[in-house]
Amino acid sequence: MNEPDKQPRPPREADEERAARLQAQMLDAPMISEAAFRTKSRRAFIVGGSAALAGVFGWRWIWTQRTVDNIPFLLREGHRLNEQLWRGLYDADRLAPTFAVSRSRMPRANGRLGLQSELDLNAWSLRVEGPDGALLDTLGLADIQALPPVEMTTELKCIEGWSEIVHWTGARFSDFAAKYLDRLPASLGYVGLATPDREYYVGMDMASMLHAQTLLCYAMQGAPLTMIHGAPLRLVTPLKYGVKNLKRIGVIRFSAERPADYWAERGYDWYIGH
Amino acid sequence: MHWVNFPLLTIMIWSGLMIYWANDVYRIGWGSWTLFAFFPNGFYEALDLNQHLARGMAYHYFFGWLFTINGLLYVGYTVISGEWRQLVPDRHALKDAWRVVLHDLHIRKSAPPKGRYNAAQRISYTGIVVMGAGSVLTGLAIFKPTQLAWLVTLLGGYAFARTIHFVLTLLFVAFFVVHIAQVVRAGWSNFRSMVMGYERLKPDEAAALADHEPPEAS
Repeated sequence: MNEPDKQPRPPREADEERAARLQAQMLDAPMISEAAFRTKSRRAFIVGGSAALAGVFGWRWIWTQRTVDNIPFLLREGHRLNEQLWRGLYDADRLAPTFAVSRSRMPRANGRLGLQSELDLNAWSLRVEGPDGALLDTLGLADIQALPPVEMTTELKCIEGWSEIVHWTGARFSDFAAKYLDRLPASLGYVGLATPDREYYVGMDMASMLHAQTLLCYAMQGAPLTMIHGAPLRLVTPLKYGVKNLKRIGVIRFSAERPADYWAERGYDWYIGH
Repeated sequence: MHWVNFPLLTIMIWSGLMIYWANDVYRIGWGSWTLFAFFPNGFYEALDLNQHLARGMAYHYFFGWLFTINGLLYVGYTVISGEWRQLVPDRHALKDAWRVVLHDLHIRKSAPPKGRYNAAQRISYTGIVVMGAGSVLTGLAIFKPTQLAWLVTLLGGYAFARTIHFVLTLLFVAFFVVHIAQVVRAGWSNFRSMVMGYERLKPDEAAALADHEPPEAS
């Protein structure tokens, strides 16, 4: 098509309307005279400067507080408030995503705490303790393997920031714990776990322990656990960072008080729930 | 809220870097070839960011809430006050923003029509709020990936959500650099307006406005 006499397009009504609307915005801006501007800006700078100064002192105040387990008191309170909030929102029916086994692989081995002592796998046994440390039971690996086996492929997330998909085999902690919980007071809210040499230990809340995806694992990637990954038995739960997934379990204690936790003592959040 | 955001975002980036340090895997490169790895060791050492994972998390999870609340207050304020109309880009914004860029670079003589903020400002000031929301959402996803599993899935998985979270942080820093440069360019009285929320009338404008109602000081 030829358009020999193409004229420059006249401005559309819409464009003019828009220009007028934008102009009106300019006029709407809270404008004041030069003199008032000066007074008000001086006042605003004094207020702003004082607020900034207060902020600096507030910041320094955080740093000068007493520390609780290696972090300033206020931040420890922050962890506690976060814990309360997320415990309140916790729903046992929410499951961590699971993946196809083909996507899983052997994760990197991270953390040798509690694994450095000699261990004779044939002589290994699991101590089950009540709240006062009283021995409830001594179990072998066969006792755990006699519980209904569960396989799951979940993402192992390290507190450092990396994550890997791993295929696990084990028994649900809830299946393991059922017979002890029947005998113990119902108010027990915690479980503590430790390596046989008690060099590494973690504390867990009962709700997370009884979650369907919290396992006592004896195999990963379809093979028995290797020593570096916590043979013969380790905890696996996608409800916590890797640091809580204690390897080489030696002791499981049902507890009324919050059990000690190796990394929480060194500044981490005790709960670190997912 | 704008001014509260500055220290909060600074704290979030500072503590976020302490966390990132523990697994600093992001880089620009292809295969085994790396152009730039985030970040060189000297960077962490200069800012004392290394070996502070626990401290970083403690600050991040505490101030993250303040950052979120402040962001909600800001968005709430712009909606209730109606100021969002001055901030949200309209349908001509993209074209106009390009003209603003050309004008700022002295390639184009005339600036496109603008309201209180020009089209480029509208896009970036709205974009930064969307980015803030993105940071909060990706942050929550990697903070509680099991309880908020649906969010993680929506964001393309845990590892990808972490990547978005990181890239957004880089964009915040980029925004900050340009923002500061523009404020410096706009001059001292613009900065005074930023602080107190009023604009100054030049004498001739004052005369022109005399026909209008005297503006209320709010």
